[in-house]
Amino acid sequence: MKKTILVSALAFGATIAASAPSFADEAYFPIISKGFSHQFWQAVKLGAEDAAKANSVKITFEGPATEAMIDKQIDMLNAAIAKKPQGLGFAALDSKAEVPLLKKAADQKIPIVAFDSGVDSDIPLTTCTTDNLAAAGAAADKMAAAIGNEGEIGAVIHDQTSATGIGRRDGFVNRIKEKYPNIKIVDLQYANDALKAAEDVKAMLQAHPKIKGIFGSNEGAAIGLAIALKETKAKVVGIGYDSGKKQKDAINDGTLLGSITQNPVGIGKCVVESLAKAVKGEKLPKVIDTGYYWYDKSNMSDAKVAAVLYD
Amino acid sequence: MSDTTMDDKRGSLTNLFTVSALQKVVAFVVLIALIGFFSVANENFARWSNVINILQATAVNGVLGVGCTFVIVSAGIDLSVGTLMTFTAVITGVVLTFWGMPMWAGIFAALATGTFCGSVSGFIIAKLKIPPFIATLGMMQCLRGLSLVISGVKPIYFNDTENYSLISPDSSITLIFPNIEIPNGVFVMFGVAVLAAIILSKSILGRYVFALGSNEEAARLSGVNVDFWKIVTYALGGFICGIAGLLISSRLNSAQPALGQGYELDAIAAVVIGGTSLSGGRGTVLGTIIGAFIMSVLNNGLRIMSVEEQWQVVITGIIIIVAVYVDNMLRKKS
Repeated sequence: MKKTILVSALAFGATIAASAPSFADEAYFPIISKGFSHQFWQAVKLGAEDAAKANSVKITFEGPATEAMIDKQIDMLNAAIAKKPQGLGFAALDSKAEVPLLKKAADQKIPIVAFDSGVDSDIPLTTCTTDNLAAAGAAADKMAAAIGNEGEIGAVIHDQTSATGIGRRDGFVNRIKEKYPNIKIVDLQYANDALKAAEDVKAMLQAHPKIKGIFGSNEGAAIGLAIALKETKAKVVGIGYDSGKKQKDAINDGTLLGSITQNPVGIGKCVVESLAKAVKGEKLPKVIDTGYYWYDKSNMSDAKVAAVLYD
Repeated sequence: MSDTTMDDKRGSLTNLFTVSALQKVVAFVVLIALIGFFSVANENFARWSNVINILQATAVNGVLGVGCTFVIVSAGIDLSVGTLMTFTAVITGVVLTFWGMPMWAGIFAALATGTFCGSVSGFIIAKLKIPPFIATLGMMQCLRGLSLVISGVKPIYFNDTENYSLISPDSSITLIFPNIEIPNGVFVMFGVAVLAAIILSKSILGRYVFALGSNEEAARLSGVNVDFWKIVTYALGGFICGIAGLLISSRLNSAQPALGQGYELDAIAAVVIGGTSLSGGRGTVLGTIIGAFIMSVLNNGLRIMSVEEQWQVVITGIIIIVAVYVDNMLRKKS
């Protein structure tokens, strides 16, 4: 029995050792994302891997199991720094709390490129991100137009800690306040996963029977919104963010009016290209705006738009 | 009649320590084997800076595991440790950031909150006779919700509290040894472990915890106030959760109300891998610490080798099953 255990343990260990990638002379960039809670990140990973091949660098792409495990993300960041990489990509789960830990990487002279959510700091050489304020503002404009510039609306925002959560919330809320005095935001909830978002939307519909539109600020929130609207058959304008198969289907069958998509493949590409440039000593702009599009049934199949949508 | 029962208990306690010692050795050997494997597999693993990474990554789970050890040895379980840790951090945030009180008040608040909530769990289990699994499951949900409610569903930052980082990420030992940048949180974990080990093996509370775990009815019939000691056990577990809450909120310089759910599983895994039996009556704090290190060495080593995150979780799961299997085999032998 003991011999069997010993032999299987050795075989197991050998398999792990064999399957682990080895990094010879190419530059190596660990990319720490927010995890894989949304398919959005798979699209970012795709962009990053394509750019890695094109630039002859090696990357690893990882993130914690949920977007609340900030300390686990920090452990990953520490392990990444321990591998002595040539550069590091980072999407902060908490843009404020994780700044001191980036200092550690900066002290070791490792170039850092932030993406998706930046950090409140000068340490990253550049941040590859969507202009979330402008993008959410565009969503607000579409919402206002769809409900005739007056009435009650609500929003489900995906979090309060990351730059994207704060940016999209403020972008949406401020645009409504500034441009549309006859529209009132009667309810604003926070939910990052689709099921919780669905329950929040259903509660919103119950509490505000006159509500005319609801905005979901990321893939999870938008899918939850679509589920809730479908199940309650409410005649409410739904606007989402990002894409994913469920959201695209919801737009195609009319449950959602449309959504704002980022360019996740572009974000992934931008991170790796920026890191490759940084290693060569090139200067980078403070922020690289990877762009956003409004899409609905009418333009979803346009080549430019379809390229940034993902399943 | 009571004399023979006491003798039996004393005799079986000696036996327990021998089996526990054997299990400790098994866990320790596994830990050494893992460290050896990763050191050979990747040169970045054994660097001093990475050792610090591993120590820091273990601190919170190690402390939670120590708290769980008491409860599990008493044949109970506490599923609320993860969200209780978060809840104590949120209360500390309220005291320090919302109310602007000095740091000692925040520390006191965390420990008091943990102890209080632990006592509530213990009360529900001992007096209301609700099984520990259900009682602490309910507590877990209550605390999770309360954390979100009290914090307003967003983190409470400790930027106004100077020196809050002294609890965990800061390294006071660099004042004496400038090159050893071990964070204070690591020393807190070891301190908690040493004190807990002494309490568990040498104090009356420890004796009663083992008695509750090995044969609660016998203890009750021997005149032990079982209800009281159960509540004390869970209260102690809660107190230790308060320490974990201080560690994690200091490390993140914020109380993160959404964090914590799922952390109880890591804590219980550390306890189980370390050789403590879920059916109670046997266990050591040292085993739990070794179990916690096995998990963090595994996670860190696999990350250094760039094995995908998903596989780390699979491997940890396999280790848990293997650990319990070995635990059962050793039990049969004794």
